[in-house]
Amino acid sequence: MKSVCFYFQVHQPYRVKQYRVFDIGNDPEYFNDRSETDLNNRRIVEKVARKSYIPATKLILELLKRHPGFKVSYSFSGIALEQLERYVPEALDLFKQVVDTGRAEVLGETYYHSLAFFYSQQEFERQVAKHRELVQRLFGVWPRVFRNTELSYRNDLAHWAERTGYHGIIAEGWDPILGWRSPNYVYRPQGTSNIGLLLKNYRLSDDVAFRFSSKSWTEWPLTSEKFGQWLNEAQGDTVNLFMDYETFGEHQWEDTGIFHFLENLPNEVFKNPHLDFKTPSEVVHAYESKGEIDMPHIVTWADSDRDLTAWVGNPMQEAAIKAIYGLEDRVLEVNDHKLLEDWRKLQTSDHFYYMCTKWFSDGDVHAYFSPYESPYDAYIAYMNALSDLRLRLDKRKA
Amino acid sequence: MIKYARRLYMRRRVLMFGWEFPPHNSGGLGVACFGLTRALAQLGLDVIFVMPKKLDVGAPWARFVFADMPHVKFRSINSTVTPYNTASTKTSLMSVRNVNGGQIYGSDLMSDVLRYALAGREIALEEDFDVIYAHDWLSFGAGIMAKEATGKPMIAHVHATEIDRTGGRSSVNPDVFELEKEGMEAADVVVAVSEYTRQMIIKEYGIPGSKIRVVHNGIDEETMPKAGAWLPRLRQLKNAGYKIVLFLGRVTLQKGPDYFIRVAKRVTEKNPKVMFILSGSGDMEGSIMQLAAQLGVSDKVLFTGFVTGPERYEMYSAADLFAMPSVSEPFGITPLEAMKTGTPVLVSKQSGISEVVKHALKVDFWDVDEMANKILALVEHPGLSQTLSDNAITEANQLTWMAAGRKVDSIIQEVA
Repeated sequence: MKSVCFYFQVHQPYRVKQYRVFDIGNDPEYFNDRSETDLNNRRIVEKVARKSYIPATKLILELLKRHPGFKVSYSFSGIALEQLERYVPEALDLFKQVVDTGRAEVLGETYYHSLAFFYSQQEFERQVAKHRELVQRLFGVWPRVFRNTELSYRNDLAHWAERTGYHGIIAEGWDPILGWRSPNYVYRPQGTSNIGLLLKNYRLSDDVAFRFSSKSWTEWPLTSEKFGQWLNEAQGDTVNLFMDYETFGEHQWEDTGIFHFLENLPNEVFKNPHLDFKTPSEVVHAYESKGEIDMPHIVTWADSDRDLTAWVGNPMQEAAIKAIYGLEDRVLEVNDHKLLEDWRKLQTSDHFYYMCTKWFSDGDVHAYFSPYESPYDAYIAYMNALSDLRLRLDKRKA
Repeated sequence: MIKYARRLYMRRRVLMFGWEFPPHNSGGLGVACFGLTRALAQLGLDVIFVMPKKLDVGAPWARFVFADMPHVKFRSINSTVTPYNTASTKTSLMSVRNVNGGQIYGSDLMSDVLRYALAGREIALEEDFDVIYAHDWLSFGAGIMAKEATGKPMIAHVHATEIDRTGGRSSVNPDVFELEKEGMEAADVVVAVSEYTRQMIIKEYGIPGSKIRVVHNGIDEETMPKAGAWLPRLRQLKNAGYKIVLFLGRVTLQKGPDYFIRVAKRVTEKNPKVMFILSGSGDMEGSIMQLAAQLGVSDKVLFTGFVTGPERYEMYSAADLFAMPSVSEPFGITPLEAMKTGTPVLVSKQSGISEVVKHALKVDFWDVDEMANKILALVEHPGLSQTLSDNAITEANQLTWMAAGRKVDSIIQEVA
């Protein structure tokens, strides 16, 4: 038997509005843009829900009804669920229906979609716990497989996950790490004995997530028949297709045929009696580990470098992330709920990503989506908001 | 048949009408002509560069400037002129068309331009060339007359328009405007220094967009000014803990010096350790000093007057930020010069340069609060300044005159 394992990432940050130096000390709201720009969080969440989350989830529900063997999994950031609950309860309700079928697994992650693991382990654990509570409250399930923000992974993350009781963890199937080995097997993270490592098959995942509508791609147009054939031909126990959920309807628009593709894919998979769908937990239990994978350095799913340089690669990003984690002790000391929340919302990885200058010169705007006019504008708004947060801290202590 | 053979096997010859050439120039036009001419020569074109000035090409500076341009021949006519003055005489090209070997009297700029136009006809009849190339309205007259006399194709290169120079239509000099329009209409192809300028030419001059091509300026090491004498004074300021924001350009409406003073006020209210240096001269100098006094920032704004080439380089290097708040800027080479020295820049969105560079802070010239927001962020956060600086050098080094020359070369191949 060989399995197809889907995991979809659902995440929306709280983007910082155009917060000017003159707002410092006068405006404690950083995320409440109400303009017609992409800094308006409510507007973005409503748009993405309309174009992607709602139609895609309706389709997934339908597929679960149609095919008793169909399975999927999701990882929701806490702040995405929070915003959906407030702005688009219909979308959240559809997700609940999907999870209620018992054939959709919910993965564990940080509530604020942060990089806290690499900057403050205590804060990281608090955010994971907060996320777990939210998933419990909304879906009534307990995450057993962990995935970290941007699929960032290092050996010590797996050690932590094993200690904490997860039986699976997810990482990028990056060739320089794998060497001759295939991502299509379950592995054991270095230094562990009770946890399985699932690796993203980035080629097949990206065929859908990035290349699906690319007319310059030699395989365009990608049909479900062709993709089903590639799944048939893949060697191994499991093909892990991990991607942003916005792939369906937002990154690939409806008129590209992406929904049609998704709708037909189960038919193609079930044509082969040796192919099935499994959730990450099922994959970890169904297949033997094929050996140990050692990742002493951080690996992510980002761009061609697969490291953290898209988030902390230039002096602005380094200064910003250092500044936000530098406030941890003071923030926890003052015991102010709103202040704590704002501090945590400012930890979301997207803020640092918007400051990335790595590919900016190449004019490759599609590779690096940002609601700001430039990485410099993103940094200025962020640092101004942070200065205000610092001022609020000073006031609380006085 | 002969013409066809020449097309295939011979070097294209360009009759180029300019107005100035370094070091005898007072603005960016000369630098641009120099960079472009040299690039074209390196690409295998012959250039006959005509200037309306008495020019001793045997002088030491000329030997230095032209040393690596064996395929460039310089010609000049006898004239004493200075650009960027306001022309006043109500004469037009029409009135000189019938002057044959006669004299044009008058010592103002428009008379000089018309004299140059007449000389252009003479030179065109003497020289052997394939295409006429004229830079800005000052030499458009010469280009038009050369085209009328020989029937050769003409390219008009627009570095700035009267609309930019006057900051709007109301104070536009109608004679200058007419000559610009006539030159662009007569041209087979118009070259604009930016998409910003191209749009202005379409909208204000009614030239069809299909015949306007955008060729962005470049910047080369050799066109950069070198060391001067300002450094000790600037160093003193920096040692006293001041951050320096620099304006460098003509003090005229077009360059937005008044916005620079207003932003100085807004910034120093928040951070008194920022010093604003205004370098340059122009018709608004007096009123700008008055404005600084009125706003109470006389002690926060340093007026240096006009600075020469070498001193400019020191200004750029010493500044923490170079600001170009232009109201309307067809291109804007000074931010590129600053970027070459690794100094972060802030440019108005109403400029050609803002469409070319990514690693710059960009604002609307009228948005003084946003300009202050960005300046304050830059002086307070070293991470911002460092990232801009690192990327500015790399980006500026990619914008060469050779790239501009290649585009112009292909336009020449197209018309000639």
